Amino acid sequence: MTTVPWTSDEIMTVTAARSLRDRMSCFVGIGLPSTAANVARRTHAPGLWMIYESGTLGTVPDHLPLSIGDGILAETADTVVSVPEVFNYWLQAGRIDVGFLGAAQIDRYANINTTVIGDYTNPKVRLPGAGGAPEIAASCREVTVIMRHSSRAFVDRVDFVTSFGHGSGSGDRERLGLRGAGPMRVITDLGVLEPDPLTRELVLTGVHPGVEADAVREATGWDLAVAEDLAVTPEPTDAELSVVRSLTGGS
Amino acid sequence: MIVPLDEAVRELVHDGDTVALEGFTHLIPVAAGHEIIRQGLRGLTLVRMTPDIVYDQLIGAGCASKLVFSWGGNPGVGSLHRFRDAVTSSWPVPLEIEEHSHAGMANRYVAGASGLPFAILRGYSGTDLVDNNPNIKSVTCPFSGQELAAVPALNPDVTIVHAQRADRDGNVQLWGITGIQKEAVLAAERTLVTVEEVVDALDPVPGQVILPSRVVNRVSVVPGGAAPSYAHGYYERDNEAYRAWDAVGRDREAFAAWLEELIAAPEPAGRGL
Repeated sequence: MTTVPWTSDEIMTVTAARSLRDRMSCFVGIGLPSTAANVARRTHAPGLWMIYESGTLGTVPDHLPLSIGDGILAETADTVVSVPEVFNYWLQAGRIDVGFLGAAQIDRYANINTTVIGDYTNPKVRLPGAGGAPEIAASCREVTVIMRHSSRAFVDRVDFVTSFGHGSGSGDRERLGLRGAGPMRVITDLGVLEPDPLTRELVLTGVHPGVEADAVREATGWDLAVAEDLAVTPEPTDAELSVVRSLTGGS
Repeated sequence: MIVPLDEAVRELVHDGDTVALEGFTHLIPVAAGHEIIRQGLRGLTLVRMTPDIVYDQLIGAGCASKLVFSWGGNPGVGSLHRFRDAVTSSWPVPLEIEEHSHAGMANRYVAGASGLPFAILRGYSGTDLVDNNPNIKSVTCPFSGQELAAVPALNPDVTIVHAQRADRDGNVQLWGITGIQKEAVLAAERTLVTVEEVVDALDPVPGQVILPSRVVNRVSVVPGGAAPSYAHGYYERDNEAYRAWDAVGRDREAFAAWLEELIAAPEPAGRGL
């Protein structure tokens, strides 16, 4: 039950955490994904097996790392392996259940851009780039994207496909021989988007309490379809909020 | 073998070289990067999976003409503004970029260390990286017929890494997150390792990587040489310094002042035996 007020970031984190099941293996991106995965491990999924791309396998940090390779990740890991090993033996070999990713830009087919805003050779904004994301998006059994909603971030077509989602629709992943299912949910501070089973276009399937579907459509850069049976996210419980706040220092 | 840092850099790194200063968040050879800036090297092709603030500094100082990388940012903080300025405004000099994914870069080093001309991986499929980088191609498996990505071996002229310690013969020991350092050293023509300390014997540590002295050209003793990154067992990551860099890196004048101070420092860090 909920007795304290919560923020839109907090319900985003809690919703993403709830999407993880106990004992899953999760390839964790830094930032919002890392916060959500650590909330899951401290609530309903104590056996969550977290991997960070620095080579830390089965890590159980007692606070949130600022970077992907903080000492706390190595100190608490089952084992620390080299970077080629984490990508080749663990990710590429298909041993990871879910990839937890953030993004600067995402489009209606859940393609992800973390490279440039604008033209590649003459960018308006240069972003950090790919990191591990292209292969995480390709090789994990499925992918969850966690990012804040805005019409600048949710665009009809991304300026640059850094990590392949569902391409331009149904069948594209299969044609490329990608083995994972790709992005199966996008969790934002407003709600939840999932690919349509037939077209693979992202559809609004859930909103957080107090959010109208029209507000989500307004914050989306394409004509966002809304599911007929639109779900409303259950409110964060006091227990969930207390874990989120113990990690983020919020109150 | 064990020499002061300025001497090691002068001997091993030359204008126009391809230089990899590797470290995955941990054990980043920052002092060696600063010595490259102090010596005013130019036209370098800088290579690193995760260029962070020391690469921002090298780029801002005008040392690099090309960057080969897979993720360029200030970890946990945001973007690299000197890198951005070089890419979007060619300041202070134009910077060519060659961009990969982590998996691609890691496998390029593995091929380089293995004496192979190229590496294969399941990677890059469907991404725009393929169309913007001629060093990403595809190859058909001769056994199964599967299409795989192919990337050329990476063999730097010089690889520089930082480690916890070395013995007096120049055998090197590192542990904690060891990233891509072994492969980057084995792939290189020449190698320099900066260390926290030199000890009589390298007592075994769980998870250690040993770099035998025969693959190490020069060692320099630079306590704190990885700061503001960290050295597992020696000092913690200075997260505040990474946050503070954002304001310096954002502003050309603030950066110029930082650079002047670095170059004016009376003594280069690091010593020999």
